[in-house]
Amino acid sequence: MTTTSPVEKAGGATATYVDQRIGSNKFLSRNLGKVFPDHWSFMLGEIALYSFIVVLLTGVFLTLWFKPSMAEVVYDGSYVPLKGITMSQAYQSTLDISFDVRGGLLLRQMHHWGALIFIAAMAVHMFRVFFTGAFRKPREFNWLIGVVLTTLGLLAGFSGYSLPDDLLSGTGLQIARGIVQAIPVVGTWAAFLLFDGEFPGTEFISRLYGVHILLIPGLILALVTVHLMLVWTQKHTQFPGPGRTNDNVVGYPLLPIYMAKAGGFFFVVFGIIALVGGLVTINPIWIFGPFTPDQVSAGSQPDWYIGFLDGALRIMPNWETVIFGWTISWNIFIPALIMPGVLFTALGLYPFIEAWVTGDKREHNILDRPRNAPVRTGLGMMAISFYVMLWIGGANDIIATAFDLSINSITLFLRAAIFIVPPIVFIVTRRTCLGLQRRDREKLLHGYESGRILRLPHGEFIEVHQPLSQKDLAVITSKVDHEPLPAPDKADADGVRNKKYRSQSLRHKLSVFFYGANVPKPSAAEIEAGQHHAAHSAEIEAPLHDYEDADEFRRAHGGVLHHPGMAETNIEQQAEEHSGH
Amino acid sequence: MKFLAARRRSPLVASALLVGALAVVGGGYAAIASVQPASAALAVGTETQIDKGQKLFLEGCSSCHGLQAQGTETGPTLIGVGAAAVSFQVSTGRMPLAAPGAQAPRKDNPYSEEDIAAMAAYVASLGPGPAIPTAEQLDYSNADMPYGGELFRINCSQCHQAAGQGGALTQGKYAPNLMEATPQVIYEAMLTGPQSMPVFSDATLPTKDKQAIIAYIRHLQEAPSQGGLSLGKFGPVTEGVFLATAIFAALIGAAVWIGIKSR
Repeated sequence: MTTTSPVEKAGGATATYVDQRIGSNKFLSRNLGKVFPDHWSFMLGEIALYSFIVVLLTGVFLTLWFKPSMAEVVYDGSYVPLKGITMSQAYQSTLDISFDVRGGLLLRQMHHWGALIFIAAMAVHMFRVFFTGAFRKPREFNWLIGVVLTTLGLLAGFSGYSLPDDLLSGTGLQIARGIVQAIPVVGTWAAFLLFDGEFPGTEFISRLYGVHILLIPGLILALVTVHLMLVWTQKHTQFPGPGRTNDNVVGYPLLPIYMAKAGGFFFVVFGIIALVGGLVTINPIWIFGPFTPDQVSAGSQPDWYIGFLDGALRIMPNWETVIFGWTISWNIFIPALIMPGVLFTALGLYPFIEAWVTGDKREHNILDRPRNAPVRTGLGMMAISFYVMLWIGGANDIIATAFDLSINSITLFLRAAIFIVPPIVFIVTRRTCLGLQRRDREKLLHGYESGRILRLPHGEFIEVHQPLSQKDLAVITSKVDHEPLPAPDKADADGVRNKKYRSQSLRHKLSVFFYGANVPKPSAAEIEAGQHHAAHSAEIEAPLHDYEDADEFRRAHGGVLHHPGMAETNIEQQAEEHSGH
Repeated sequence: MKFLAARRRSPLVASALLVGALAVVGGGYAAIASVQPASAALAVGTETQIDKGQKLFLEGCSSCHGLQAQGTETGPTLIGVGAAAVSFQVSTGRMPLAAPGAQAPRKDNPYSEEDIAAMAAYVASLGPGPAIPTAEQLDYSNADMPYGGELFRINCSQCHQAAGQGGALTQGKYAPNLMEATPQVIYEAMLTGPQSMPVFSDATLPTKDKQAIIAYIRHLQEAPSQGGLSLGKFGPVTEGVFLATAIFAALIGAAVWIGIKSR
């Protein structure tokens, strides 16, 4: 009985035609059914990918009209408040895109919002990967690629912010040049090399343009490809749950489920960017005016992703050293070069550092729950709080005027807070994680608190505990207890001195710090007994009587479980029932 | 001429010339001096207005500025600040000061226009200073607005921000938001340089330039936001806040919605 529709026939014929030439059927049949695990947080990376696609598409449109030239022209477009003003061609063409090109402002705003979303999505995706330990073996390289992609995202964003040659972007470039100049010894030469002479010069915008539309997007595209190929071959990690092990992937096949989900999500992201681009102003360059080095606006800020750098610069004390007639500007060098350098290096190396400290060489395809790695979660939150402090620093003038504060006090506060707040956040987070671990242990040993309060015959109130569901049980028992690395010996049995004693000792201490405080998971027998006990007592403590109007009673009196003349205890009632009353 | 030539060495000539010269200088001085008080009175105001102004001054201002407006430890002297300064400070509610602080904030003004004019006349009578701008000076209808924009970006935007939204200065001081400023207030502010603001006298910024700046500020106040919702025109900070709240709420909401279907 082979009744194939004409569509199927045509499809089959096409597939065969293509397969005979490039051998695609084998590849497709192997890959289209590939299973992916399901969780909303796995879509954060997709937001980054899709917004990047939107940024590429809108960017191509903008290249049709943008002129990366510093040649001076007199504006004669349709925006009256700038008519007759001398400006660069770059700024003029951006004004033309905004006011004279059909749909230009919409696409410009979509490009800019899309870029902000792209970098923010990468950051949020990175949080998810970090806090769930998805970067562990075998995915360290992909983490590293992700860090490089984020860095490239920052560069792509900043180079784009600088292209329109408006007052804001020129101010940003002035700061960027200052940062380059602050590099000891070679700074001045490097700045002259980049800008082809004094600031602002006539070359930099066109140089930056090539970097922005060709070099960085090309690198990002290449690395995104590798990033996704690695996800494909290494398979996606999954959260713990019933039936999920380190060696399987529980989820849905690529075709049709994920094709539909991911395809749909692409359009959702596209739609949100289009909506925001159409409804909400971003970077109104016509208000800022053309850049000239003698002008500046109050409240000049970079886009959000550079805000932390600006904040670091703003709160840094004004330290300088003069050595043999040369000035070293610590006030710029430390916050704008050393700080981000250390931050991003630590970020990139974190998986390797953690693996060294824990001595963990196993493969991990099941994600950690953040509470089960309290030190890692604490470090992550600490880094975020550090970053947020710098962010506040970057917006200090806006905050000062918005909340009637003194900008000097904000700066002084942040100089202290940047060192005080992150450690506090670390301690609080770690303690919170350990508390949650303790609660998990409680749940395994005594069941979960059902929220039902029972008054015993002698007046005591108890909360009824219920056994955990299969899913909760699987999730909570997914915790793997690690032993900290053993303390090294100073010398072996034969009295030979241990040459690596110091590094091993450090590693031991860090390992104890990492794992030492963890609350151990109860043994399988203890869990079994605990759940059994919870089930048993829940059965005994079940409500004595079902009233037809029980809901009303509960609402009015907080639950009425007993009336005079009825059995006093569950046991009594059970006895009555057994005796045949 | 022979008559004059014959007598020019006469001893009487010196006396006659002296008398003549004195008559010219004295008469000229008298003529000018008699003109000046008249015009001063015109600019300063009538006697009754000045008296009323002095009364209001004694009631509302003298506790800080002194009984003769000579200034005290808590308030500067007002001799020579001019009528424009009084008009600016009082009409925007900055004076009388409600409480000492980093800066006098804008608030509701309790005085009527006549009261303000009277106080301005009184302060102007104490010493010469910038007068309240005339309607002609405030007429910006023929001003070159794009040029005013350039002047604004050169002279004003580093404190008042490019969109006139105001900005922070040191130690809690600030450049105020310009969205409510009337042409007269803007003109007087430039003329008198209140609080931390520098003075832009008619010598540095002629009336024409001031009118151009007023025209541009009026544009900033009235122009629609071309790109949609303006987010307060504060620049990247509010854009970032909008991104982190509204946009990411929508994106993550969508992700959760798509992810939750399969549970």
